[in-house]
Amino acid sequence: MNKDEYQKLVKKHEPREDKLHNTIYAFLIGGTVGFIVEGIIVLLMNIYNINRVTASTWTCLIVIFVSSLFTALGFFDNWMTKAKAGLLLPTTGFAHSVSSSALDYKKEGLITGLGANFFKLAGSVILYGILSAFILAIVKVIISG
Amino acid sequence: MTFIWAFIIAGLFCVVAQIIIDNTKLTPGHITSLFTVLGAILAFFGLYDKLIKLAGGGASTIISNFGYLLYKGAYEGYLEQGVLGLFTGLFTYGGAAVVGAVVFAGLVALIFKPKD
Repeated sequence: MNKDEYQKLVKKHEPREDKLHNTIYAFLIGGTVGFIVEGIIVLLMNIYNINRVTASTWTCLIVIFVSSLFTALGFFDNWMTKAKAGLLLPTTGFAHSVSSSALDYKKEGLITGLGANFFKLAGSVILYGILSAFILAIVKVIISG
Repeated sequence: MTFIWAFIIAGLFCVVAQIIIDNTKLTPGHITSLFTVLGAILAFFGLYDKLIKLAGGGASTIISNFGYLLYKGAYEGYLEQGVLGLFTGLFTYGGAAVVGAVVFAGLVALIFKPKD
């Protein structure tokens, strides 16, 4: 068997993910998360008589708490894999990345393991979020005078 | 109506992310960073405010909301305190998510044993 044939054979047996299936999954799960979050916000607004911004912040914290807890209990990793981008892009993904790296590196020690790797995955979100927000705010200041 | 838009907008963000993941070599880490920056850019053009008005929780649960909150905090900080406000104000709104993640993830990591 020559190289080309071998490559063809490899390609044929490569696991191929169904892209359409993934996309539909991502839409339905992402949409459901958005729907539930909106539900919690409206619920909090009505129960505690608070405005939307406050209710959104509380809801964000609730989502982070639940995702961290689920990650610690062990079944959220599985959900993340199955849900594709549907759980990655909501706040659930951010919380999961922090709590999973914290748990994973705990065995290497509290400082050099947990501490040093805490923001291993979420660090880039924070770094580029701050940088872009900071620069864009300056640009906005300059434009609006 | 907000509920329907919440579903659609959150779903569409995830669809775009999924299509990028499936067709490029970018990792989830790239995607979340990219969407955070996108949120700041949309906020810069005043579009994210509209998105939140339309879709409520659907827009505020997406990671792009973090970029939007950081930008909003920085700009409003400048309006109140000048250049120093850019630094002090940046975390006014977005800080809750970071502190929440540190507190909750830190606590569960200390309390729970990692699974194998």
